[in-house]
Amino acid sequence: MSEHLPFSQLVSKSQLALLERLSNACAVSGDEQQVRKIVLEEIKPHVDEVRVDALGNVLAVKKSSRADALRVMVDAHMDEVGFMIVDDDKEGLFRFVAVGGIDERTLPGKTVLVGKENIPGVIGAKPIHLTEPGETENKIPLDSLRIDVGAGAAGKVKVGDRATFATRFRRVGDSILGKALDDRLGVATLIELLKNPPDGVELLAAFTVQEEIGLRGARVAAYAFHPDLAIAIDSTPALDLPNWDEHENTGYNTRLGAGAAIYVADSGTLSDPRLIRHLVQTAEELGIPYQFRQPGGGGTDAGAIHRVREGIPSVSISVPGRYAHTAQMVSRLSDWEATLALVFHAVSRLDRSLLLAGR
Amino acid sequence: MKDLIRKLVETVGPSGYEAAVREVVQAEIEGLADEIKVDALGNLIARKGTRSADGMRVMLSGHMDEIGVMVTHVDEKGFVRFTTIGGVSPATCIGGRVKFLNGVSGLIYMERLESSDRLPSMDQLYIDVGASSRETCPVKVGDVAVFDRPFLDLNGRLVSKAMDDRIAVAVMIQALKECQNSPHELYFVFSTQEEVGLRGATTAAFGVDPELALAVDVTRTGDTPKGVKMEVSLGKGPAIKVRDSGMLADPRVVRWMVETAEKSGIPYQLEVLEAGTTDARAMQLTRAGVPAGCLSIPTRYIHSPSEMVDYEDVLQSVRLLVELISHPVSLG
Repeated sequence: MSEHLPFSQLVSKSQLALLERLSNACAVSGDEQQVRKIVLEEIKPHVDEVRVDALGNVLAVKKSSRADALRVMVDAHMDEVGFMIVDDDKEGLFRFVAVGGIDERTLPGKTVLVGKENIPGVIGAKPIHLTEPGETENKIPLDSLRIDVGAGAAGKVKVGDRATFATRFRRVGDSILGKALDDRLGVATLIELLKNPPDGVELLAAFTVQEEIGLRGARVAAYAFHPDLAIAIDSTPALDLPNWDEHENTGYNTRLGAGAAIYVADSGTLSDPRLIRHLVQTAEELGIPYQFRQPGGGGTDAGAIHRVREGIPSVSISVPGRYAHTAQMVSRLSDWEATLALVFHAVSRLDRSLLLAGR
Repeated sequence: MKDLIRKLVETVGPSGYEAAVREVVQAEIEGLADEIKVDALGNLIARKGTRSADGMRVMLSGHMDEIGVMVTHVDEKGFVRFTTIGGVSPATCIGGRVKFLNGVSGLIYMERLESSDRLPSMDQLYIDVGASSRETCPVKVGDVAVFDRPFLDLNGRLVSKAMDDRIAVAVMIQALKECQNSPHELYFVFSTQEEVGLRGATTAAFGVDPELALAVDVTRTGDTPKGVKMEVSLGKGPAIKVRDSGMLADPRVVRWMVETAEKSGIPYQLEVLEAGTTDARAMQLTRAGVPAGCLSIPTRYIHSPSEMVDYEDVLQSVRLLVELISHPVSLG
């Protein structure tokens, strides 16, 4: 290892530019091609093997110089939540459904990009002028919403096309704003890890598909890799705003600016306690900011990975972000830096003895 | 066998944190198996015997884990918010006591309710561990606890917070002790993380790759005042599962279990459980599929801190299990 440790510095301009490209790319579950292309371009010079599997996962291997190296799977999902066009109402109006978990109440008035050509469109909202008294108290059902691409672009959109929010990536001081930071922050982390690989382990990087609709890519990726252990790197909601009634906020999930979020339990996984201890110890010894994501619902690819074959010790680390699964997520660069540092150093310090100890 | 049961149910082992139970089981079965291993998810897998010409590779699974709670937040006054591990109802929480893995005890209470005719939601409950500030609170986010109630013997009706599923662990240990001759390669799997979705049995079954699988677990009863309608009672013998909400037991396995019970004069009941499932589901669906069934021990008040079984049912369950695994099986 050189004296200059990777990830001891702030995120560089080129790393940020890569995150921007990734965040702006459109990759709704099942159609991850745009992100897959960027990933392949970025990692090919840095890995020993890379392939795209039957479901579209990118599976890359970076070997170790050590013969008995632990085989460590690191995972991040390429897909994002979005929409699918399901019916053509003519004149540039299209009916659509949500792909992945999206709150319909956040949709009216949002701009979107449709199909492989990123055709701009808008999810129209009824103007306030024409709204009947009382109408604003009900949520607008998805059935009555349309994506409007304008009559001129009608021929460029067809049933089955995906659409994403049109939000462009921005950086404002320590804050980063984007539409698909869930989980392009993880994808970017994995790419950086492959560019600066910890030598002691064989790195098995899975850039997965279809996480948002049921962890589908990760399951087959883990089966193929059959690793000794796995770390899923994801994005998790932060609901850390003060409560309106000034009572202490006891259900924030994570907090912006408090560092990398380590998972103890979610609805899909009870993280391997040995790996939790290892992450906490790494963070504390190196002074890397970390927090525990509040145990509760939700989940990551770890939920699929740890149940594969005879079981795979697994844990998740997330970068917190406000307003997850809406048009715009807000995260902190400092939390991403902490996550990069934690993942790199925790993987570097892995040792087979960790798994020989009782769970 | 009551001492064994008491020892098992008084050990603390919420899902994902079964180490203490595993140690007790390991000590009990030492020398009884040909090979013992612990897999990546913490399942304890004990192999006994080899497969003779008329034998099969048989997997038995009883889960070591119990339901519990996990800390999500400690507030500035030292009150602890929590989430559940497995199926925990607010109705059985209020006023109850919990014990953390680090030895700390606490009690559960609730915020003032807007309406007294509705149960509180889980996020209206909290644990008081006697702390008066966040800084002095002896537990932190991610710490786990189980319900804390002493074992009771009510005239042959045994009561504990963890009959589900330590009673099956006890039955399997006892069967391992009593089973002298078997044509089968037997895998006694003491599984983990059943209460959060059969996770341990899923990976253990992949590893064992059984030809025949039996779960040992508890099942509900329909014999309490205005309780669920169900044809299973305490004290009428082990229940042979026909179906539950996650599995249709293999009819050949059900027939084999019924015939074995009848041949050996063991009382039994047939079980149709409308809510819940067992490790048998995970075993049935592993790899290319496995004939699977479940031997159930009738239990009242499941997932409350006072789960009740009948000791005679337990003894008959051991007898039935030993009979089942001691002879060649024909599923024809």
